[in-house]
Amino acid sequence: MSVTAKRTARNGKAGIGGKGRLHRDHLIFLAFVAPNFLLLGLFTYWPMVYQSYLSLTRWDLISPTKQFVGLENYVVLFGGQEFQRVLFNTFYFTGTVLLGSIVLGLGLAVLLNQRLRGRNIVRSVVFAPVILSGAAIGLVWAYIFDPTYGLMRVLLGAIGLSSPSWLTDTKWAMPAIIIVYLWKNLGYSAIVYLAGLQNIPQDLYEAARVDGATPWQSFRNVTLPQLSPTTFFIVVTTILGSFQAFDIIAVMTKGGPVNATTTMVWYLYEEGFVAFRAGRAAAAAMILFVLMLAVTLVQVRYLQRRVHYS
Amino acid sequence: MDITADEARGRSRGVQETQSRWAGLGSVMQYVLLLLTALVFIVPLFWMATASLKGLQEIYTFPPVWVPTQPKWENYPKAWNAAPFTRFYINTLITTFFGVGLEIVNAALTAYALVFLRFPGKNLIFIVLLAALMIPVQVTILPNYLTIAALGWLNTYQGIILPGASVAFTAFLLRQHFLTLPTALLEAARLEGAGHLQLLWRIVLPLSRPVLVTGILISVVAKWNDFLWPLIVTNRLNMRVLPIGLSYLFDREGNNQWGIIMAATIFVVMPIVILFIWAQRHIISGLIAGATKG
Repeated sequence: MSVTAKRTARNGKAGIGGKGRLHRDHLIFLAFVAPNFLLLGLFTYWPMVYQSYLSLTRWDLISPTKQFVGLENYVVLFGGQEFQRVLFNTFYFTGTVLLGSIVLGLGLAVLLNQRLRGRNIVRSVVFAPVILSGAAIGLVWAYIFDPTYGLMRVLLGAIGLSSPSWLTDTKWAMPAIIIVYLWKNLGYSAIVYLAGLQNIPQDLYEAARVDGATPWQSFRNVTLPQLSPTTFFIVVTTILGSFQAFDIIAVMTKGGPVNATTTMVWYLYEEGFVAFRAGRAAAAAMILFVLMLAVTLVQVRYLQRRVHYS
Repeated sequence: MDITADEARGRSRGVQETQSRWAGLGSVMQYVLLLLTALVFIVPLFWMATASLKGLQEIYTFPPVWVPTQPKWENYPKAWNAAPFTRFYINTLITTFFGVGLEIVNAALTAYALVFLRFPGKNLIFIVLLAALMIPVQVTILPNYLTIAALGWLNTYQGIILPGASVAFTAFLLRQHFLTLPTALLEAARLEGAGHLQLLWRIVLPLSRPVLVTGILISVVAKWNDFLWPLIVTNRLNMRVLPIGLSYLFDREGNNQWGIIMAATIFVVMPIVILFIWAQRHIISGLIAGATKG
């Protein structure tokens, strides 16, 4: 989104009023943007500066002095098994969610794009969880995953399987979190894909049919390429969104059992506010920030290219 | 994906005699998939709703009871009193109301200034605004906690509200819309002596109603559900907000009173459900705005 904006940044209107008001206009401009930019400065930009410094210190959030330790926190993080596990969990979570959002999201969008009775109601139901509280949804699913009395046991029982103790089993906790996260957010990628599908010009399909393309060929050669900007958008937003996942994990597993569901944000929360290792938490936050920045910059470059060639 | 293929196959065989059979089969398949999809998304919500009326015997039984035989309406008052939910509700209403209000005021003022007022280096300011989108709140929780603590604002409404009161995305959306408004109208009002605040309030905002409504709705949803920041900046029970209060009811060790927990869950999500039913289109259009304008 950011680059779209940059594209139009240059054609902002010249402003209202004659030359004589120039100076007063400047003051009014400042007055208008000041509250927003003061808050942005204090709570968005300054924290990043301060945090870069904190990440080079050892500090328990209480003692009056911070000990400068250089890059030690980063070295310890990348060298230790604990953080490697956190990175692995984060990529496991994000990768699976990404795959699910694209495959299931596209599948759902295609289905909901057919002329079927009741599709509008299904669209709404699929989308609704996106805007519901993650804490609430986490609790509903904690009950569904209850190994003895939960709904999941019924489902698995129907196909002859027994239920794992989802949230207390190190193997099954992460899949459970992924299922809940996907269930909650799938409606978003489905609706975005649906908008993408509806933007594909119908004459492309007509042309493909005239050329004798099979339905599968027109899906491969018309639908998929036409959707590639949409897919790209979903890839970026899904990665950024799942890097930030917190409330479902906080409610359902608290990063456990052991470290099985500790992702980056949960880790930095625990380091900072439970273990009181401010330097370590700050370093983890900086690493998370750089990862997310990299994803955003790829998006920016991609959009710039598109703007150039289209 | 198979479905389009199937359906299209049905269509393209229009001349063949098998056409109706294929199309019939294809559409039956589609309806089966549609029904399955609906079930996947409705059943958990249905489960939540019916469980909120179950007593302990009906919770702790297998196979589970789908519809409680004697609905236990008392779960709702019990849930309400299981934690100070009156207080949580008031807190959430306050942080949502003022959080949304400040965000929208900031967005409108910033967008107006960026579009209609002169200032040297305006583009640079716009870029500084957009760059803020690259810094997610999760990354800044530690230093922001320290700032709020230094200001003495832990366990206060301003501590919960202010760090989230600046806004980049909605300001951007409004700016894009303001650029499409006719300047002549504003010029005329300006010549009649209207100030910029008047122009914004009387002309620009009324002309931007749909974008404004969308921005407000997205903001309401985000503030109502916000979990991480309020968790960090409060530790007194009476300053907690709804999503955090809800998490208090869950005992990871087991023995959960699911009926009561589900009842609490329902009154946490209900306002947003009502909002969604009432303004679904605005919410969806706002949430995918970034996608379609990219």
